[in-house]
Amino acid sequence: MADSRVLPLGEAEWGGGVSPYAVGHKKLGMWLFLLSDSLTFSALLIAYSYVRIASDQWPLPFHLWPSIAMATVMTFLLLSSSLTMAFGVAAAKRGDTRSAVRFIVLTILCGVGFVVLHANEWMTLIDEGVRLWSNPMGTPLFGATFFTLTGLHMAHVASGVIYLAVIAAGLPGNRFHHEDVEISGLYWHFVDLVWMFIFPLVYLLSVAP
Amino acid sequence: MAGPAAVHEVRRSFIRRYIFSVDHKVIGIQYLLLALVSVTVGMILSVFMRLRLAWPEEKWPLLQQLMPTAFAGGPMTPEFYLSMMTMHGTIMVFFVLTTAPLSGFGNYFLPIQVGARDMAFPTINMLSFWVTFVALGVMICALFVTGGAPISGWTGYAPLSALGEIAGPGLGLGQTLWVISIAIFCVASLLTSLNFLTTTLNLRARGMSLTRMPLTVWAWFTTAILALLAFPVLLAAGILLILDRVGGTSFFIPAGLIVSDRVIPHEGGSPLLWQHLFWFFGHPEVYIAILPGMGVTSHILSTFARKPVFAYRAMVGAIFAIGFISYIVWGHHMFMSGMSPYSSMAFSITTLAVGVPSAIKTFNWLATLWGGQIRFTAAMLFSIGFVSLFVSGGVTGLLLAQPAVDIALHDTYFVVAHFHIIMGVAAIFGIFAGLHYWFPKMFGRMMSETLGKVHFWLTLLGVYCVFMPMHFLGLAGGLRRYAQLTEFEFLRPLQPIHVFISVAAFVTIAAQLVFLFNFFWSMKRGQAVGPNPWDSTSLEWTTPSPPPHDNFGPLEPVVYHGPYEYGVPGASKDYVMQTEPEVEVGR
Repeated sequence: MADSRVLPLGEAEWGGGVSPYAVGHKKLGMWLFLLSDSLTFSALLIAYSYVRIASDQWPLPFHLWPSIAMATVMTFLLLSSSLTMAFGVAAAKRGDTRSAVRFIVLTILCGVGFVVLHANEWMTLIDEGVRLWSNPMGTPLFGATFFTLTGLHMAHVASGVIYLAVIAAGLPGNRFHHEDVEISGLYWHFVDLVWMFIFPLVYLLSVAP
Repeated sequence: MAGPAAVHEVRRSFIRRYIFSVDHKVIGIQYLLLALVSVTVGMILSVFMRLRLAWPEEKWPLLQQLMPTAFAGGPMTPEFYLSMMTMHGTIMVFFVLTTAPLSGFGNYFLPIQVGARDMAFPTINMLSFWVTFVALGVMICALFVTGGAPISGWTGYAPLSALGEIAGPGLGLGQTLWVISIAIFCVASLLTSLNFLTTTLNLRARGMSLTRMPLTVWAWFTTAILALLAFPVLLAAGILLILDRVGGTSFFIPAGLIVSDRVIPHEGGSPLLWQHLFWFFGHPEVYIAILPGMGVTSHILSTFARKPVFAYRAMVGAIFAIGFISYIVWGHHMFMSGMSPYSSMAFSITTLAVGVPSAIKTFNWLATLWGGQIRFTAAMLFSIGFVSLFVSGGVTGLLLAQPAVDIALHDTYFVVAHFHIIMGVAAIFGIFAGLHYWFPKMFGRMMSETLGKVHFWLTLLGVYCVFMPMHFLGLAGGLRRYAQLTEFEFLRPLQPIHVFISVAAFVTIAAQLVFLFNFFWSMKRGQAVGPNPWDSTSLEWTTPSPPPHDNFGPLEPVVYHGPYEYGVPGASKDYVMQTEPEVEVGR
């Protein structure tokens, strides 16, 4: 057994107590959380695909105007927010707290814009009579899957906005390290990434003919 | 942030020290006590089941006075039987088999065995325990609400579980509480697994390279990966089930369903979706229950055979292989659900493949024992018992993995025997082995070896008497989930077997009193011990018994060896601690 010999504690040895691959506790914890959360979303997306394939009359309610156009704007907002977040993280790493806060606030604004536009989308569908349990356009599972999937995603965006606000508020007083900004960025990019699955699968596959 | 182990001050007040403690050792013991309470409740529920199965017509006047609705009209009602069955399974799987081996022992010993002062996130650790506690509280409430506990089994099969009271008593509020409790439990499990993985990766002591970690740590680490990836899928399924129950959706409720002579006003859903989501979680879950037992068994067999564990790397590889394969076998729970035979074949092949790493482990355990200077302590006996039960339960798994056999045996007592032996009793033996082995470390006193051995032999014989005959019941067509099998003429001649099983079960349950007495008596009166009563090598045995708040005092442990240096040629004694630098262990 090669590993049982006494080895000099040289550089090849595990030094202990410091993180491998320069990933600290909090960052590793966030990555693991996101891994877990991605499985929750995967399960919901698979459930959606499953019932959609199993239904013979899935409604196609999204017209290019306004639904798809609005969803595209929302996608644009989220993508831009990931960019501003990346700038924010870079600024925090440089120690430039002022512009870091400014970029995080921009990110928050994009997030809020997304939530507002999305809430508007919900109201439109609710006005058209779509409910969790019923749908005038066909199978009630359309409403059920739409509200469940996008609802859980919107809850993630909303929590992300609060999370980023806490980070932005504490950053000038040095309450947070720049790695904390990066970790909040990981969460934000993940929320963005999830939308990149929801947008094509829920919206683009249901464009009205 | 990157940095040394999370070190925190010892909490002085009683509440901060023993109740809302952030010390991983206190949290580990809290988890073990929670599991002890749960296992007691689960066992009592099984007594009701065995009473009904063995003597279906009996009226039990005393019980009738205590629980008039459960015994309305004389004998125990079938609904009450089903609710006992559901809660027995749920409590045992979630609050005993998931909680004790992983969260209990893992919390206490994973940080010490890798040389850390605490978990990476002590506060999240505390939170995970109290979230589990709330989940258990909600689950216990389900027993006492109007209508009683749910009757849909621990698998919560839809559409039964999705419909509400119309489908039966206990499917109203009881089932809602059940789903909520499971969803809360998913969150607790996420918090636990985050902590375990981060601690193992980031907080190892100097010299504790991955291949020097004890196999217990490897087992907890892999189990934490399984929990991290399995429970979120159950959470998603739980959210959908809650919406079906209270939000009016019909994810799991098909169109045109008629229940209790009424057409259910739902359409479009699929009960099979629940089965897919549930078993994607459910199959890894059974490995979450058994893998820590495998780790503990490897560790204890090596310690008391005074030999290095045979093929350490193959053992690690086998743990990972079992963990990986567990994600691609869930369909074997659904052979009867109208699945395409081609899918069945694929799931059958992957399921049979689990036999390969399992056999690697089993033969390595035997090779570890071979030619060893075996010390037959209670912990060792329970570990050997684990191997015996793992083989007995695993062999029937190979039979059930084949669709042609499974279609005949599905939903019979053969399946009940299989999973009770392998994931129930074997895992419990892993817990008992760990408890006997680590008790002196946790409480500074020995458990009585004599009582431990008496308890072992009674339990081993008892569980075989309970579960072996179930194979015959199953082969004869005895159906599970039925309260009364005497209603079928072809099963009536088998009734004496049920009586035998019930008597054996009651004797085995009574034998657990020996353990309870030993556990609590030894805590106060056992023989006091030093740091290393078993001549063991891993890091926890370098600390005082019980270890202080920060585990290692002012000194950081430094690791020079693998964890299984027993019987080393040329060494002054027959073992070399992981922290002993001066001994040259050359081969």
